[in-house]
Parts: sequence; C-alpha cells; structure tokens
Amino acid sequence: METFIELSVNGLSNGAILALAALGFVLIYKATGVINFAQGEFLLIAGFVIWFMVVEVGLPWFAAVGVAVVVGIALGLVIERLILRPMVGEPVISVIMVTIGLASVLAAIVQIVWGTRPRPFPDFIPGGSVELLGATVAQNRLWAIGIVAVTLVGFTFFYTRSRDGIAMRAVADDQQAALAQGISVRRTVALAWALAGVSAVFGGALIANLIGVSGAISSFGLLVFPVVILGGLDSVPGAVVGGAIIGLLSSYTGGYIGGGLETVIPYVALLGILLVKPYGLFGQVRIERV
Amino acid sequence: MARATGVYHTSYRTDLALRQTRAEYVRLALALGAVAALPFLVSPYWLTIVNHIGIAAIAAIGLNILVGFTGQISLGQGGFLAVGAYTSGLLAARAGFPFPLDVACAVLATAVMGTLFGLPALRLKGLYLAISTLASQQIILWVVTHWEVVTGGTSALVVPPAELFGWQLNGDMTWYWVIALCAGAATLVATNLMRTGLGRAFVAIRDHDVAAEVIGVDPFRFKLLAFFISSALVGLAGALTARYNLIVTWERFTLDVSILFLAMIIVGGLGSVSGAIYGAAFMIAVPVWIEELSNNLSSLAFLQPDMPAIQQLIFGLTIVLFLVFEPRGLARIWQRMKDYFRLWPFRY
Repeated sequence: METFIELSVNGLSNGAILALAALGFVLIYKATGVINFAQGEFLLIAGFVIWFMVVEVGLPWFAAVGVAVVVGIALGLVIERLILRPMVGEPVISVIMVTIGLASVLAAIVQIVWGTRPRPFPDFIPGGSVELLGATVAQNRLWAIGIVAVTLVGFTFFYTRSRDGIAMRAVADDQQAALAQGISVRRTVALAWALAGVSAVFGGALIANLIGVSGAISSFGLLVFPVVILGGLDSVPGAVVGGAIIGLLSSYTGGYIGGGLETVIPYVALLGILLVKPYGLFGQVRIERV
Repeated sequence: MARATGVYHTSYRTDLALRQTRAEYVRLALALGAVAALPFLVSPYWLTIVNHIGIAAIAAIGLNILVGFTGQISLGQGGFLAVGAYTSGLLAARAGFPFPLDVACAVLATAVMGTLFGLPALRLKGLYLAISTLASQQIILWVVTHWEVVTGGTSALVVPPAELFGWQLNGDMTWYWVIALCAGAATLVATNLMRTGLGRAFVAIRDHDVAAEVIGVDPFRFKLLAFFISSALVGLAGALTARYNLIVTWERFTLDVSILFLAMIIVGGLGSVSGAIYGAAFMIAVPVWIEELSNNLSSLAFLQPDMPAIQQLIFGLTIVLFLVFEPRGLARIWQRMKDYFRLWPFRY
C-alpha cells in the first residue's frame, strides 16, 4: 500500500508537469495546427534561465521566474514571427522539420552558453518528506502537483473569462470565422506562442526542481507526445488527463515490473491508442474515409 | 523546370526516357567518371567519409521514396536501420551466414518490419503518423538495448569481416566499390520506380489521397508498398553499415539519426532521387569539414571545446534556413543553375 501511494504521488507529479508541458503544445496546435517539437527545449531554456538568475546573478525567486517568463514570451514571439510565419501553407513534413531544426538550434545555444554539466537546482519549494496515509512521500512532489493545479486553473480562467482567451478559442475553432468577427488571427497566434513560452517556464522550473538542470529536461519533453496523443492533440482537458495517465502508467510499470520497461511503456500505449482511437480521448474527430 | 528546346518526341518510349539530350548523356558520363576517379583522389580519411556518405545515400533514397514521393512522414528510420544492421550482423556473427546472403536477409527483415510499423499509416496521416513512427523508433531501440540474449544489449556486436567468393572485403578502397555499386543500384531502382505505375500511384497518394482512391489507387496497398520498398533500402544501408564498420552499437540508431536522415532529404530536396544523394553528402561532409577547418585555423581554436554544440547549431540552422528559403532543397538549386547556363545569355 505504501509503495502504491509513493508510486502514485511520483506518477501524478510527473504527470502534472507533463500536462503543463503538453498544455503549451496543445495551445500552439489548436491555434496554428503546428506541432512544436521544440517544446522540450523551451522547458530546458526556462530551467537554465531560472537557475542562472538565482544562482549566478543572485536574484530572489519571484524576480527570476519573472525574468524567465519574459524570456519565454520573447522566445515564443520571435520564433513565431521569424520561422513559423513563412511556413504557413507548407506541407506538414516541412513544419515538423522546422521545429525539429529549431529544437536543435536551441539545445546547441544552451550548450554553448551554459555547457553540458548538470547543475543542481536551488530548492524553491520545500524539500524533505511527509507522511501520507502511512507512506513517505517527497514534499516537493506534492508541491509540484499543487502548483500545476493552480496554473491549470489559471489557464482555464484565462480561456473562459478573458477577451484574449475567448479570441484564441475562436481562432482555434475556425480562423476565417474569427477573422470575420474582427479578431486579429496574427495577434492571437502570436499570443498562443507567447503563452506556450509561459507554460514552459512553469513546467521547466518544476522539472528542474525534480531532476536538476541538464539536457535530460528536453528528453523529458519527448514524453509530451504520448500525453497529447492520449488526450487528443487539440484538447486542453485531454492534456491534463493524458498527463496523469501516462505519469501513473510509467510510474507503476517502473515500480512493479521494472527492468527499464517504464521508459518504453508510454510509447507502446501511444501506438495502441493510435490504432484504436486515433484522435485520443478528447480530441476532435475528423471523419474521413480513405 | 525549363525543358530543352528542339526535342520532339514521336513515341511514348522516347518521351518516357530518363535522358533526352546529348548534354544529359555527357553529364551522366562525367558523373560516372567522377565516381570512378574519386577514391584515387581523396585522402584515406576522406575515403572513409565518402563510404559513409554512400551508405547514407542509400538510406536517404529509401526514406525519400516514403516521405518525398508517397508523403508518409517517418521518424523511425533510425530504428529500421538498426533492424537491418542487427539482422545482418547477428546472422554473420552468430549463424555464420556468407556475405551477400545476410545482407539479403537483412533487407527482407527490415522491409517486413517497416511494413508492420507502417500499419498505423492506414488510419493516420500527417502529424499523427509522425508521432506514431516516433513511437516505433523508441520501441525498436528499446528492444535492441534490452533484448540482451540476442542483441547483446548495450554492448557492441562485433561482426566478422565479409568474404565474397573467397576474396576478403576489407579496406576502404574495396568497400568503396561495393558501396558505390549498391548506391548505384538503389539510384537506378528509385529513378525507374518513378516512371512506373507504382511510382505514379505513390505520387497520387501524396498529392491527394481521396482523389487517388477515386481514380482507382488503393491507398491501403500502396502505402504499405511504399513502407516496404523504402524500408528495404534502409535495411540495405543498415546491413552495409554493419558489414563495413565490423561493429554494431545501438548509439548509431537513435532518434537523432532518424532526424539526420529527414534533414538529408529536406536539404537535398523532397521527392528527388538525386536530391537524396546531395543531401546525404551535404549533411555528412559539412560537419567534418567544419571540424577540419577549426583544427587547421588557429584563429578558430577557441571554438574547439564547443565543437559538438556548434555542429548541432549548424545542423539545426541548416534545416531551418533551407525550409524557410529553399524548401525544395539542393536539387532545386542545381536545377536552377543548369537552367541558367543552358539559357545564357537570356533570362528565359
């Protein structure tokens, strides 16, 4: 039972962070139809910027996160304007490859600036462990779940209450109809990229807090794919549910079966889902008979 | 594409011919001459690089049949290369298969495996297909590194040197001819494939799958055939890697390799056989060339410690810049140059 609770908390916290990373992914896909393979590198940059600001510059926590948010927004905007906008109307393979190339550029820049040595991330949420239903659970993992929950609620409010959020949903639904309503599609698309940058800051900080600041963060970002496919590429609740399921699945597999199976099980699940339910649990089904 | 003037076809045969003007035959002769002379002109170190380029070109041609001609995105090439390399290596090292037989088995095994992992393509396309092939890449690599009884896990698999009719194939010079022969055959197969109904069916599926089905192209059959043919060529490349390097390690087949091969066909030109070759040469030779440059120029010596990162940066930039400025790649640039000189001094 104790193992079960520990594994559940581990899985849920990993899943919560994955959900946050997947959210940035879904935001971009919904608004622009682009799959951003550089999402893992967004997380990596966010982690490194916060680490640099706190450890090397000596800024307090909130200031460092603020700087990282600004960097994330700037990164999203620049990439959208310089690289993705010329790709409008190009085949899917080109759009995928341009974000893969981008991922490589971003990873290389991080490596040139900060090197490859993994760095310990300064504690910004309390470490240690607590007793939960008789099991010992790392406290920072519980905090991670809490922070993700708050962030996701914030994003949900943004989507349902704010003018920009509603505009973004309109663009995601139908670009032409949105244009006819006087919504600037360009501005909204740029906003989606900026928000993806912001969500990456929170995700990056939380992952870095769990596994340290290193290139491993971007491979964590690769796990976003099973999450978004499971939940549905264009569904925000799907990202949350998918994150939880994938996180728990790989945590239980690692704990009960082991043998490295936990690294591959998300992909096996992914293939299975694609064969049975290609548009995921909550994705919009496009009916096409070919 | 500007076509040569003054060439009038009176039969379908001449219209379908691969080469129609004398200049094209001259260029072919020059290219063949260059291939024959190359190993005698380059340094031994560069001969190794050239051999790697030749092997990569075979895989890139295979990938281009799938991605460039049929429009099915695959991020799983690294995994399929691994299938080819391990099949050939294991058959040669453990079962003692003679040289061309193990390669043939590897080609067949990879083609079957590729078709199997191509099955999701029947229901998926575009982004979803890309992600499902990404999953197959991760799964194949996981099996390779964890199925220790057969593959030896993460430790390297040593392959005995190949022997053909009692004649040992060793040294870069011998392998150059073997690889050139295989690459030439792959080029010939791919170029001629595009003149057949099969090739046109592939292009029809790429351009519009619904329309293709309406005119009688069965997407089910032809998508799987594309996966089969493409994986067969990738398997050939994998088997040659194993036999040429005499060692197989899992690090050569990671997701980065899949991305490298996609980059080759993007940079070379999607849907162009010669483009795949240019792309393979470009993506392999440029990093080596940069490294040599920084070794030889003392003013660039400060870059040395960051070399892997700089190569990665240039790799990414190449992909991004080609896609933004010349999405049809080196093949298109070469075509434009040829047109320019043929029409000179006129613009068109």
